[in-house]
Amino acid sequence: MGLHEPVEDWASDFDHTDDAWAADPFPIWNELRQTCPVAHSDRYRGVWLPTRHEDISAIAYDTERFTSRSVVVSEFRPPHEMAPAGVAPPISSDPPFHKGARRVLLPAFSPQAVDRLEPSTRAYCEELVDGLRGHDVVDAAEGYAQHIPVRVIAHMLGLPEADADRFRGFVNHVLEGVALPMEERAAGMLELFEYLKAQIDDHVAHPRDDLISYLLDAELDGEKLDFFHVGRTIALLLIAGIDTTWSAVGASLWHLAGHPADRERLVAEPELLPTAMEELLRAYAPVTMARLVREDMDFAGCPMKADDFVLLPFPAANRDPDAFDRADEVLIDREVNRHAAFGLGIHRCAGSHLARMEMRVALEVWLEAFPTFHLADPAAVRWSGGQVRGPRTLPLRMS
Amino acid sequence: MRVHVDQEICEGHGRCYAIAPELFEPDEIGNGHEVGDGTVTPELERKARLAVGNCPERAITVEEG
Ligand code: HEM
Ligand code: SF4
Repeated sequence: MGLHEPVEDWASDFDHTDDAWAADPFPIWNELRQTCPVAHSDRYRGVWLPTRHEDISAIAYDTERFTSRSVVVSEFRPPHEMAPAGVAPPISSDPPFHKGARRVLLPAFSPQAVDRLEPSTRAYCEELVDGLRGHDVVDAAEGYAQHIPVRVIAHMLGLPEADADRFRGFVNHVLEGVALPMEERAAGMLELFEYLKAQIDDHVAHPRDDLISYLLDAELDGEKLDFFHVGRTIALLLIAGIDTTWSAVGASLWHLAGHPADRERLVAEPELLPTAMEELLRAYAPVTMARLVREDMDFAGCPMKADDFVLLPFPAANRDPDAFDRADEVLIDREVNRHAAFGLGIHRCAGSHLARMEMRVALEVWLEAFPTFHLADPAAVRWSGGQVRGPRTLPLRMS
Repeated sequence: MRVHVDQEICEGHGRCYAIAPELFEPDEIGNGHEVGDGTVTPELERKARLAVGNCPERAITVEEG
């Protein structure tokens, strides 16, 4: 991204948007875990970085001392008046408000509801691979992985599929735009909300069988959710569901392209895929969350100040040798795998059943269509940095 | 052997019912529950232990015997 000064000292001046973090964060985390397990940086007006599983899970469970008022690190702190819902409920909500805001979403994302979306997801993945057949080199991130979650969530919400490129633009702006000037970020958010407002108005006028109409009708403590709550939750679903799943599918294909033995084994033993997928989620977990410190206090010997950010790098927790045997190796038949790719505690990814279905179907369809593929040019692979990490350019040689 | 999901701890990651659908089932919000009284027949003991080993919240308890 390059808007910030390059990092020279990760223990005292880290920046998760640095190019080195995007390209290969694992050595950074491994080094910090041994030398400075809770690092601090003055960037973003103060931010901490724990890298041990023990500390990351303690923070995720401690909703008293760490608030979700903002989960995206930037220069900006959302005003306290946004509580209890926060900017995008339920991800930005704390207890006790969080529970109800989450509860209304869960039935729409239950395993049973997700099963019903599998046939359409599979048909769409098949359509995508059909369009890629016959090419020597294919960009699996741009030409495949990126499209699947956009289509699935648009279909669920009841947004026009033709608007897919627009949502992707919005999402990118929110997640990858953290280093942009405040005014530019605000303009991007405004555009997203204006777009959603028009869509929600249309659903108010013409209710139908989709997630927007469901949310407009849903009740929290005997009352309908207000318009802003619905709008913000929908924005969250777009933002939380797209880059994340795109990253998980892309990182899996990247791994398989670079590890022919794993790829061949999955082609020969498709029943191993669910186990392998969990290992790929552990090893390349795409999502790093964040919290704000509620009040001045000490955590793990660190003097944290109110409104300091704390990054929650679940991907670093997943690589901690104190929590996982052979933590830095990818073992696609790893059977015991308590990974934290979807978070821990009350904010466990509400979309995890959906994300797992999309990932499994995307990989099944791909491996069936293309049993052989390699990295066309390892140096051309580009990873996104910041809080959602995954390949954004992934040229594969298809033979 | 018997298994039990503590509903105070479960957050609905769904690893248990994905790994051992004979022993666990989801409710309408995706939380896991033991099937029936949680009795595990000997041929399912391995799966029961795998479910325990994959629950990110450590919500599943096992009673041996
Ligand atoms: C592989 C893909 C995905 C990964 C790795 C992922 C990861 C995460 C993580 C780590 C959290 C925890 C947030 C926290 O602790 O503050 C989270 C929350 C959430 N995710 Fe996902 N996510 C993925 C896909 C999705 C999808 C497809 C959706 C829905 C369309 C979704 C919706 C949500 C929501 C609504 C929350 C907030 C839950 C709450 O605060 O109670 N995610 N996700
Ligand atoms: S794996 Fe654990 S947290 Fe997930 S549903 Fe089962 S018991 Fe609950």
